[in-house]
Amino acid sequence: MNAIEMRGITKIYPGVRALDNVSFSVEQGEIHSLLGENGAGKSTLMNVLYGMTTPDAGEILVDGKPVTIRRSAQAIALGIGMVHQHFMLTPVMTITENVIVGCEPVHGPFLDRKKATESVQALIDKFHFHLNASARVQALSVGEQQRVEILKALYRGANVLILDEPTAVLTPQEVGELFSVLRELKAAGKSIIIITHKLRETAEIADRVSVLRAGVMVDQGLSAAGCSASDLALMMVGRKVDLSYTRRSKSVGETAYQVQNLNLTVKGVPILRDVALEVHKGEILGIAGIEGNGQSELIEVLTGLRKPDSMELVKDGLPLSGKTAAFLSAGVGHIPEDRLVRGMIGPMTIEDNIILGYHRKKEFSRHGIRRKNEIRAFSEKQLTDYQIKAPNVQEKCGSLSGGNQQKVVVARVFSEDPDVLIAAQPTRGVDVGAQELIHSRLLDLRDAGKAVLLISADLDEVRRLSDRIAVIYEGQIVAQGSYDTWNEMELGLLMAGEKAEKEARP
Amino acid sequence: MKTFLKNQWARLRRLEEPVLPLAAFLMSLILSGIIMALCGYNPFEAYGAILVGAFGSLRGIVNTFVQATPLIFTGLAYTFAKKASLINLGVEGQMYMGALGTALIGTLNLGLPACLHLPLAILAGFLFGALYGGIIGFLKVRFGSNEVVAGVMMNTIATCIVGYLLNGPLLAEGSVSAQTERVAETAQLPRVFSQYQLSYAIFLAIAACIFVAWFLNRTTFGYELRAVGINAKASETAGISIAKVMIIAMCVSGGIAGLAGANQVLGVDRRLINNFSPGYGFNGIAVAALASDHPIGVILAGTVFGLLSTGATELNRTTSVPVEFVGVIQAMVVIFVAAPLLIRDILHIDGKRRNK
Repeated sequence: MNAIEMRGITKIYPGVRALDNVSFSVEQGEIHSLLGENGAGKSTLMNVLYGMTTPDAGEILVDGKPVTIRRSAQAIALGIGMVHQHFMLTPVMTITENVIVGCEPVHGPFLDRKKATESVQALIDKFHFHLNASARVQALSVGEQQRVEILKALYRGANVLILDEPTAVLTPQEVGELFSVLRELKAAGKSIIIITHKLRETAEIADRVSVLRAGVMVDQGLSAAGCSASDLALMMVGRKVDLSYTRRSKSVGETAYQVQNLNLTVKGVPILRDVALEVHKGEILGIAGIEGNGQSELIEVLTGLRKPDSMELVKDGLPLSGKTAAFLSAGVGHIPEDRLVRGMIGPMTIEDNIILGYHRKKEFSRHGIRRKNEIRAFSEKQLTDYQIKAPNVQEKCGSLSGGNQQKVVVARVFSEDPDVLIAAQPTRGVDVGAQELIHSRLLDLRDAGKAVLLISADLDEVRRLSDRIAVIYEGQIVAQGSYDTWNEMELGLLMAGEKAEKEARP
Repeated sequence: MKTFLKNQWARLRRLEEPVLPLAAFLMSLILSGIIMALCGYNPFEAYGAILVGAFGSLRGIVNTFVQATPLIFTGLAYTFAKKASLINLGVEGQMYMGALGTALIGTLNLGLPACLHLPLAILAGFLFGALYGGIIGFLKVRFGSNEVVAGVMMNTIATCIVGYLLNGPLLAEGSVSAQTERVAETAQLPRVFSQYQLSYAIFLAIAACIFVAWFLNRTTFGYELRAVGINAKASETAGISIAKVMIIAMCVSGGIAGLAGANQVLGVDRRLINNFSPGYGFNGIAVAALASDHPIGVILAGTVFGLLSTGATELNRTTSVPVEFVGVIQAMVVIFVAAPLLIRDILHIDGKRRNK
């Protein structure tokens, strides 16, 4: 019997059919991968199931019985649990406290701490989570924190677990641990839905796959064993995509961007220590590392947004300092790591966003007055060049899909033809189609003799595009070498702070 | 007609201008009427009196615009700062300083022709207000002080400084109340009708609103200001100096507030009188709220508030309804505009609040 069955789910937002007559079912005790590009409707569908979105039509059956789910509390009562991509934990509290919050065992008016700890520890042991219920969450690794989130759902009696992009923040080793946890849960009869757009992981862990494209269920309940990654990509995008496409630099030139002796301390905590990096013309230097090891600060320092304690920065033989405006006019382009925070201004139009940062250039501004027609023509050209899907350039940037938003950011930076590009998470949360376009533009820029510093949490991306790789761990560059110096597992160990066993080849 | 209504309804569902403020205004009228009825007064009589008072005679119409003029200036001042996401609660103080600057220049007998003296006096009002507003911006940028707290404090300082000067150094000879000498003929704002207080400042106010709307949309600095107002981090990443934008925004906002003071001195009272403002600065916030922070909307919203306070006089004269009800209406407007979800709930519009 199906643990979950959703029939004919339709959700219409003004102007968009987010979900169009979608049917989806999950069997008892299976791992089901829900694949789709960003904006395909995966999250909307799961939000419907979890009671965060009310559908316009359709019905939901849990264990064969029709139910209405209007609030998350109802979903939880029906045994549906959700692990969000961004954890919702209180770092200073213990695992137990984090798990029980909202349904604490009580003894009269008091919290029954002993019982709470015992029951949480029992749950941990039952599924072999290898955690100590009394440990504080702040002392845990990201992978362990994720297990706490899963525990929260299990503690509330979840029979069906929804995991939203669970591997996005994990190292390869942690992904392996997560998968063994998931297999353990599956063996205990739980059903697991994984929302993802990573094809390889789907092939590795899932029993069945369902693919959403533009709000329509393209294929439902396919056996994962019979699908290759390229089959799935074809289903997701609707056309053939070359996922392994890359090319290496043919001619590496002289040093374009060189940083030395970079130290940064924030509130007494050293964030970056003695960082020294060198990017050459016609080269992509990839920074591999688990998120939160100083990458964000490194990006801010290298784009003039943050002043470090010490740094010697040289661009094309000349020292570079000052604020962001100086960096921009010196030809240092920047794709910010989080487009919603630093990359774009959602309520503004595409044309306003596509010139942001370059709006004072002669082409766009004369005597302090904006040159409306020039801005319009420029934006329309970028819209075509970068295949940005939008009705017109006056559409608000925030109403575009993630991939198209990112294309706006990329179009802005690339149209300036920067000498040095700081590309941070250039394809985070974008669909396969946009990813393909952005990657090929990055390689084009490199081949045109520009220097690219690529900072990404996606190890595949770093390995595929980089000519050289540097590994950052706790604010230090712990290893540097050619792209083929290490395999994926070795890189994973370096990112987790293990010492390099191999000597890096230059 | 039908599609028009349908479109407006859709806008209201999305909580969009200009339907939302309009709905808020109508609803506050209805709710205030209910409160009046519950208190035993006839709301129709009251609203009738307000309308007659404000529009029944040339005098009423003129007075509506006399009341509207300072409110349009202060509403615009608040709106301008708001576009850079700054809450300028110091409008009242900036208006006082503007009035002071204007009075200093206006009362001087410079021997200049009116075509120079008058603009100079207005400019002095703008500059005094701008400097005073700029201080708040500077404090925020340099020391991270909250502009709301700083603004309120600066109001008190401004009224105290003006009060001191009017009771001492600037006190008109032989005057018993705290006020300056009369403004020189050459600095007086001409009046539209000789027997009424309405001066040409109303046109200056309207022009200022149109100019600000153009400035925000078409100039590069206006673009930067809006960008900083919506997403300061993205603006910073784009190399825009947030500090510069914020200080200039506070200066211009203060300058516009100063124009409200200039109007009072040069057009209405023809001298600077202590405590001349019945809270124009603070009512400007309500005006800006009703205008949904749109510069053109400020013209309409200012007129509506001018209408209410003019009508209040008639209400007082011809009915037994307490004049405080006008205050109730104004307060309701602010509540409804500030709480758009409340309107949706009252109108039973099927919302998508949970969908985020």
